[in-house]
Amino acid sequence: MSARTTLRAFPTLLRVGFAEAVAYRAEMLIWVLSTTMPLVNMVLWMAVSREAPVGRFGEADFVSYFLATFAVRQLATSWAAWLINWEVKQGTLAMRLLRPISPLWAYAVESIAAFPMRLMVAVPVMLLSVALVGQKAVPQHAWQWGFVVLSVIGGWAVAFLANVAIGALCFFLESSQKVLEVWLVLFFVCSGYMYPVELLPPTLRTIIDWLPFRYQIGVPVEMLTGAYGWEESLRLLAAQWAWVAVLGALAAVTWKQGVRRFAAFGG
Amino acid sequence: MISVRGLRKHYKVHKRPPGLKAALRSLVHRSYTTVKAVDGISFDIRPGERVGFLGPNGAGKTTTLKVLSGLLYPSDGEVTVDGHVPQKREEAFLKKIMLVMGQKQQLLWDLPPAETFELNRAIYDVPQAQYKKTMSDLIELLEIGDLIGKPTRQLSLGERMKCELAAALIHQPRVLFLDEPTIGLDVAMQATMRTFIKEYNEKYGATLILTSHYMDDVAALCPRVIVIDKGLLSYDGGLDALVQRVRPEKRVVLRLSEEVDAGRLSPLGRVVTHESGTAVLQVQQEAVNATITRALSTLPVMDLTVENAPLEEVMSELFAESKARRTAASEPVPA
Ligand SMILES: Nc1ncnc2c1ncn2[C@@H]1O[C@H](COP(=O)(O)OP(=O)(O)O)[C@@H](O)[C@H]1O
Ligand SMILES: [Mg+2]
Repeated sequence: MSARTTLRAFPTLLRVGFAEAVAYRAEMLIWVLSTTMPLVNMVLWMAVSREAPVGRFGEADFVSYFLATFAVRQLATSWAAWLINWEVKQGTLAMRLLRPISPLWAYAVESIAAFPMRLMVAVPVMLLSVALVGQKAVPQHAWQWGFVVLSVIGGWAVAFLANVAIGALCFFLESSQKVLEVWLVLFFVCSGYMYPVELLPPTLRTIIDWLPFRYQIGVPVEMLTGAYGWEESLRLLAAQWAWVAVLGALAAVTWKQGVRRFAAFGG
Repeated sequence: MISVRGLRKHYKVHKRPPGLKAALRSLVHRSYTTVKAVDGISFDIRPGERVGFLGPNGAGKTTTLKVLSGLLYPSDGEVTVDGHVPQKREEAFLKKIMLVMGQKQQLLWDLPPAETFELNRAIYDVPQAQYKKTMSDLIELLEIGDLIGKPTRQLSLGERMKCELAAALIHQPRVLFLDEPTIGLDVAMQATMRTFIKEYNEKYGATLILTSHYMDDVAALCPRVIVIDKGLLSYDGGLDALVQRVRPEKRVVLRLSEEVDAGRLSPLGRVVTHESGTAVLQVQQEAVNATITRALSTLPVMDLTVENAPLEEVMSELFAESKARRTAASEPVPA
């Protein structure tokens, strides 16, 4: 569909997507409960740091880090890979392909439209963080909040585009559920979701810097806890959006080739 | 409007043999079987026509519709729909057509149908004024005014199907492909759908291809039928002519005022059924008049009607016939 018509359809897509998110609030609550891992980690790391700080992290730092992780995880997330696998198997993708708008737009909008609901969880958690840790739990300068917004959007984009690329592999592999599982394992190890990546040995950190996972969770979380000055923030944001561009290209190519294969082989 | 030339669609199916060893070997050396779902069919359809696709399960009807709507690339042959090549999936093409599949739904499950309608209005970029007009027409014709505000999951199958159809028609497709649109519906609902589909076709001059398990759908809606069997076109023409060809015999139904011996019926024709005062005879068309005269003079007839063989029977005979032909053809020829 031409960019203009897509843009014109956007408000309605968002509105209906929001109505859907509201209809699925019970499912969302279950999802929220399933993402409480950072809270468990928070308690563990607080115990570890009681005697002496770990790196630059004292008890209070772990509280603000993991509450921010919990908050960011609500937003920088996507189910597109799972959804694509399911729709291909069920044959419902055909119904989407009949419409003059790319199913990718539909998936993206469905995810974005849930943001208001997700913010209703994320914002109170951040308020709690400020209540427990004080002002220093969050950025002190207005420009830092600009980086928070851009890096959270970037984190979502990394999650979404990686999900599309993985999901589209199901056109070639029958199911890409296994690939998704591998991705998730790497995500847990490398993203900063389980522990701040800066606590890892330097070699590992260098590797992680070159992988996409940290840019989904770790970087937005660090921005949200006000960890960086202007220069470092800019460098990390640039690296994040470079990954967005790479994953975007990858997602576009796998999707396009995948749909072509789907039409040729018959799904 | 629609032109199909030598269309073939072959699916490559990955054969996964049983057993671990074979499975491992198939990882390296994948073996495929080819399913010839559509194997060379040609036809043309004029604007505004209503055409029924008939054929047993697995004949290739759905595959053909999927190719026509751009979901599948043809393996061979040429297809155009209103000047478009479907597989290019151009925006202008997608806005002109719609495929409704009785077993797949587009309505959002947890929201009222009205939300899907709105969504489609936006996606198809339908002007508000036209949308209002179309919507009020559809609501009236399908009698769905009370339904469109309820969550889809609360609707019965028939109610849902009516809303599916409405959602599919918001952009007023010029070409409508209906794949088993009445599957699973009760008789009354089937009739409602039929009436509606016909009205839509007449009102908007839309071209229509319909597949159905229920011969009544096809008989009521489609002056022209295309019979597809095992991927091949075996008939293209009027429904009446098809019945004539497969089953030229007529059925004479006699209601008798008293019981008669089977022996008195059999000279008149082949007795199809004979129970509780009603006898059905099958006779050659040319012999119908003579049979009637004779029945009236020799039997206690209260009432008499002449009918065609039931369509379902005609079809099963047609498909059995083509199967027998094929089996015969594939028999090894003795040296
Ligand atoms: N995606 C697919 N992959 C492999 N074979 C398929 C696929 N879709 C359909 N077939 C096969 O192609 C043939 C025609 O199917 P279909 O067009 O659905 O027939 P119909 O709609 O007339 O029942 C069947 O033998 C079916 O099993
Ligand atoms: Mg079918």
